[in-house]
Amino acid sequence: MAKLESSLMNMVLSLFVISLVMAAALGFVYNITKEPIAEAIKAKEVNAIKEVLPPFDNDPVSTITDIEGLSFYKATMGGEIVGYAAKTYTDKGYSGRFDLMVGFLPDGTINKTVVLQQKETPGLGNNILQPKFSDQFKNINIANLNDQLLSVKKDGGTIDAISAATISSRAYCDGIQKAYNAFITNYVNKPTDSVDMNTGDSESDVLSDTTTNAESKESKGGRK
Amino acid sequence: MKNMKFFTEGLIRSNPTFVLVLGTCPTLAVTTAAINGIGMGAATTFVLVCSNLLIAALKNFIPDKVRIAAFILIIASFVTVVDLVMKAFTPDLYNTLGIFIPLIVVNCIILGRAEAFAQKNKVLPAILDGLGMGIGFTLAITLLASIRELLGNGSIFDIKLVGDNVSTILLFILPPGAFITYGYLIAIMNRLKSRFSS
Repeated sequence: MAKLESSLMNMVLSLFVISLVMAAALGFVYNITKEPIAEAIKAKEVNAIKEVLPPFDNDPVSTITDIEGLSFYKATMGGEIVGYAAKTYTDKGYSGRFDLMVGFLPDGTINKTVVLQQKETPGLGNNILQPKFSDQFKNINIANLNDQLLSVKKDGGTIDAISAATISSRAYCDGIQKAYNAFITNYVNKPTDSVDMNTGDSESDVLSDTTTNAESKESKGGRK
Repeated sequence: MKNMKFFTEGLIRSNPTFVLVLGTCPTLAVTTAAINGIGMGAATTFVLVCSNLLIAALKNFIPDKVRIAAFILIIASFVTVVDLVMKAFTPDLYNTLGIFIPLIVVNCIILGRAEAFAQKNKVLPAILDGLGMGIGFTLAITLLASIRELLGNGSIFDIKLVGDNVSTILLFILPPGAFITYGYLIAIMNRLKSRFSS
């Protein structure tokens, strides 16, 4: 077969057919890989929760609560709360955003931290994955630190930054700080309605709130 | 037997990294750890073989004036396939290579082989050429990455070879280290080549 001439018709037709076939092939591969990708992401999340918290026997993924844009998971052992895992992030990384999982004990002490997803420079910034760096956060209670701020030694804090990757180290602290702030205001300092929170109660709380609101509005309307 | 020549060509004599000096972006960027070299090399080899195959098979169907557009279309599709498959089945490697997987699209080796070889040859030689070039590229960047990882981090394939207290030459992990190592490797290759040919 001779080579197709470069006429307008031929060019349009050939590009059209190639894109059509390739698009179909991509759709096919996308469908096959969709579930494994979702599973890989979920497995990573569950493994990360297991890693950052003491042993637990419930399914923390089903307890997911959104607070200030972060996800919190509750872990219990025989009904006792053993800790909370927070999925947090920072935008201050050297290559933009990266995601962390932080495990808090009920009193706010950091149990352990792991990186979920990052694109820091291989060999430099991605040393945040090394235990030598991330183990420094173990058992730190931010409430006991100066200024209650987690920071690297260069900024007067307690964390040894990775050499040549201070930005990544600072970002790591920032992510944990964000999780800690949300955790303290929503769990530790609000023991009555948050620590014992379960979906049934909170729903009825919301319901009773709305009814009281409606009643008060009505009564106000009545007075007018 | 004649076909074997197409395969061995890319390994040493026309090695894409050291002799043709193509695809230097991933060569310099991902070679901070030996495992990245293998992963990047495998992904590139897959795309190279598939795109060479398809382009050689379709060469009479693609009009000359739109050939670059058609090649890019084919290459980008295979890269997306690699991207999805790696995300699904090797999430850890995918996380370390990150942005450089999508960037295989603009790797000059692939477009270069499509333009210079696949569109002028039959399917089988094109596959062998892609395989040879891909393996040559993989070996080259893995060698480069091993040297950089050893000098800059004291390990190869994450296996520590020096003690914890030995300070390593951080420069070799940084971009300038990539250029320095690359330059010396090209010089050594040229020296070896001139010795063999004389």
